[in-house]
Amino acid sequence: MKELSLHILDIVQNSVKAEAKNITVDITEDTKTDTLTIEIADDGCGMTAEFLAKVRDPFTTTRTTRKTGMGISLFEAAAVQTGGGLDITSKPGVGTTLKVWFSLSSIDRAPLGDMAGTMVTIISGAPDIDYIYRHTTGKGEFVFDTREIREVLGDVPFNVPDVLDWIGGYIEEGLAEIN
Amino acid sequence: MKKSFADLMEIRNKTLNRVNLRVDREEGIRIVVGMATCGIAAGARPVLKAFSEEVSKRELQGVTVAQTGCIGMCRLEPIVEVTVPGEEKVTYVHMTPEKAARVVAEHIVNKQPVAEYTIGAAE
Repeated sequence: MKELSLHILDIVQNSVKAEAKNITVDITEDTKTDTLTIEIADDGCGMTAEFLAKVRDPFTTTRTTRKTGMGISLFEAAAVQTGGGLDITSKPGVGTTLKVWFSLSSIDRAPLGDMAGTMVTIISGAPDIDYIYRHTTGKGEFVFDTREIREVLGDVPFNVPDVLDWIGGYIEEGLAEIN
Repeated sequence: MKKSFADLMEIRNKTLNRVNLRVDREEGIRIVVGMATCGIAAGARPVLKAFSEEVSKRELQGVTVAQTGCIGMCRLEPIVEVTVPGEEKVTYVHMTPEKAARVVAEHIVNKQPVAEYTIGAAE
């Protein structure tokens, strides 16, 4: 994957499949410790300890059509090549939290890329879930919360092109202020 | 101009006035983009965006842009399936945003599938 935001798009689909009602994406860029941290947390069905133990293996998947599932192993490889890593905690019936960390300045770190595009794609694909996207840099914090949007929209669905355009623009502007 | 919640409220009100016109959504044209690991890695996100933008720019009614998982032919991603009611499904492979614009113009608007982008031409 060329951008870390594409990994995020991919991994959040796991949370959607796990029937999460709330998904949080938390990104922290810390120049002091030279770390970029991405945390994706959901309240989906969770994983058993047995499945969790083998979930990084690319030949592990829940789907029945094929035997491969590359998402987590690719994300981990992207982190490890910068000197970072990936950690997952999960509990059946409670949810899953995936944390990935990178060396911010590593030449091997893929750029974060188009986070607005990733969030719009996630929301349009599963509009009934609530999402919080929190992004922190040295300059400040940007928080996007679909519950606030839902309050304004009322009965109007997220899947309307004008609404998705607004969301994309709103996130782009918010990120520009802290970058 | 900075996007505000007031703008969002305006979009909401505009949409509410229009929503009654869209009862035939179920029988409409469907554009489905494969959005699993393989699709995403091959560039499906900008392809999906291009389809959404093209459909909204042309103000096409009864056209849904949706996502699906892995279609099973990862080497041909990004894959897009177009279903027009009453016609056979058309599968486009190795899609790009530029190709998406052409598919909307020729297939969705003018009802002529773009043969050279289909899976039949690629295989």
